[in-house]
Amino acid sequence: MTDVRRRPLVIATGTALGLGALVTSFPFFWMITSSLKPASEAISVPPRVLPSRPSFDAYVRLFTELDFARYLVNTVVVVAFCAVGLFLMAMAGYGFAKFRFRGREAIFLAVLTTLMIPVQVSMIPTYLILNELHLTNTLLGIAAPMLVSAFGIFLFRQFMTTIPTELLEAARLDGAGEFRIFTTIVLPLSKPIVAVQGVLVFIGAWNSFLWPLVIATEQDKYTLAVGLSLLNQQITINPTLQMAGASVMVVPIIIVFVIFQRHIVQGFALSGLK
Amino acid sequence: MTSDGRAAGRPPGGAAVLAARGADVHQERESVSRAGRGRWSLLRPGAPGRQTRRRTGPWGRRRAGATPYLFIAPACLLLALFGILPILVAAVVSTTDLDIGGLGDPSTIRFLGLDNYERLFSDPKFWQALRTTTLFVVLGVPVIIALSLTIAVGLNVSTSRLFTVLRAFYFLPAITAIVAVALVWGYLYNSQFGLLNQGLALVGLGPVGWLSDPNTARVSVAVVAIWRATGLNVIIFLAALQAIPQDYHDAAALDGAGRWATFRFVTFPLLRFALFFVTVTTLIGWLQFFDEPYVLTKGGPVGATTSVSLFIFQNGFSFNQFGYASAGSIILFILIAAVTAVQLRLRGSDD
Repeated sequence: MTDVRRRPLVIATGTALGLGALVTSFPFFWMITSSLKPASEAISVPPRVLPSRPSFDAYVRLFTELDFARYLVNTVVVVAFCAVGLFLMAMAGYGFAKFRFRGREAIFLAVLTTLMIPVQVSMIPTYLILNELHLTNTLLGIAAPMLVSAFGIFLFRQFMTTIPTELLEAARLDGAGEFRIFTTIVLPLSKPIVAVQGVLVFIGAWNSFLWPLVIATEQDKYTLAVGLSLLNQQITINPTLQMAGASVMVVPIIIVFVIFQRHIVQGFALSGLK
Repeated sequence: MTSDGRAAGRPPGGAAVLAARGADVHQERESVSRAGRGRWSLLRPGAPGRQTRRRTGPWGRRRAGATPYLFIAPACLLLALFGILPILVAAVVSTTDLDIGGLGDPSTIRFLGLDNYERLFSDPKFWQALRTTTLFVVLGVPVIIALSLTIAVGLNVSTSRLFTVLRAFYFLPAITAIVAVALVWGYLYNSQFGLLNQGLALVGLGPVGWLSDPNTARVSVAVVAIWRATGLNVIIFLAALQAIPQDYHDAAALDGAGRWATFRFVTFPLLRFALFFVTVTTLIGWLQFFDEPYVLTKGGPVGATTSVSLFIFQNGFSFNQFGYASAGSIILFILIAAVTAVQLRLRGSDD
């Protein structure tokens, strides 16, 4: 009964949302089609919606004439470092969630306080600190400032609080070490939040622009984002090449998101943001 | 994500950063970072003494006392190093005249007390940046909240596959690299062969200087920011909506409440936490507004899109006035902390 009554509403809403989605995603459509156009069609008046003959020349140029292969490898290395950071955040989340210890509340509050500090405030000092640690112009230095985030620790803590303490106690009685309990019981039980955080960390590391630009002094340490920003600064505008570069950055993110989008939405519901 | 992902892609500037790096930044640690020195020696990779000395049982059976600290230590130390220490360093630097020369030769750095702050408050450009930021906050926050709430309520109408797919379309801009976004929107906004002006020409209008006219540029830059920020908030609202038990709606329907009344008196009050969360993070996001104007307009034309964050960045990295820029960043930090505190208060009295 309700279904029939609701049908017009569903159809109307679906249509409106569909139109909105078309508008929202149009820049992506334009990016991908333009990257496949010959250079002359990309700046033609009136514009061509689709390329007359799709060509991957711009992509080939990115990886042969330009250094995008090197940038891609560097970006993947930075992402890998951030995966280690993800593990450290999970450990900290577990520590805050499942142990009582002196100073817990104060330390956790300090962790949350870092959320309020704008990146523009910490930019210069962070560079000085990395320089002190001799990490400038290294891929580790690019990753270091974003290895852990207060928000990540917070989400892990929220989730891990729900793991039954009896389970951990039972493992302790069986003589399992604390680190072993963490890797063999806590982490597997936390799969949903690990998936959510993993996707977020991947996206953050892949897209990051600030630290690569500040920390990487030589071209062999550039990431995709920095390499792409160089394309933006070129005097002769070549939209095809620019759109191809943008696609190289955006398409992997779209793929990851399509695969994991259920995890992202679920994760938000799970972590208490309701 | 909100705080996280939003921070993920904040871009700084090109040439000036490189210039700053060129200086011999090795020596500045002597002066700049007095505040943090003691701590650094503990964290230096070469001296991890504590953990190794404890070999008697790092992870195995051992006094439960140390276990939690071992779990939280790595992440918390990194956070202290890159989250908390920088603000202390910034506070110290803001009382000096540290510039490019000071980086090379620390002996030239002078202590200025609060001079930088005085100068800041008499700088018309700072006030203009503050006004611009306020404008973005006042217009941007309601637009993003209204838009994302509307979309989320729409997406919550049905659980069909189509609606799930549609959700993805709205979320996509939120996770796209700002550098790529800048290229694509810059291409659309291009005044000669950009698609928007070509579209306008078809109906006999334009051309519009999307990024070259001061007022239009503000709108253009804000549109890109709204386009990027909406998706994440949609997800948060949608999660909150889906967490509301169906019983509530059924009960309201039994009582004869219409759709609008149900939304107004049942759904909306239950969204209070999500609404609060989205408001705070959106507000902070606009206060820190930086990415879009930086990559699209560099703060121009004639400073029309220079936000406080961009003002700080330009003074720091284009003019190399690190002390002056740090003073600006401390003011921004206080501003954000104050706004957050007021909001927490409001929420507290609300419950």
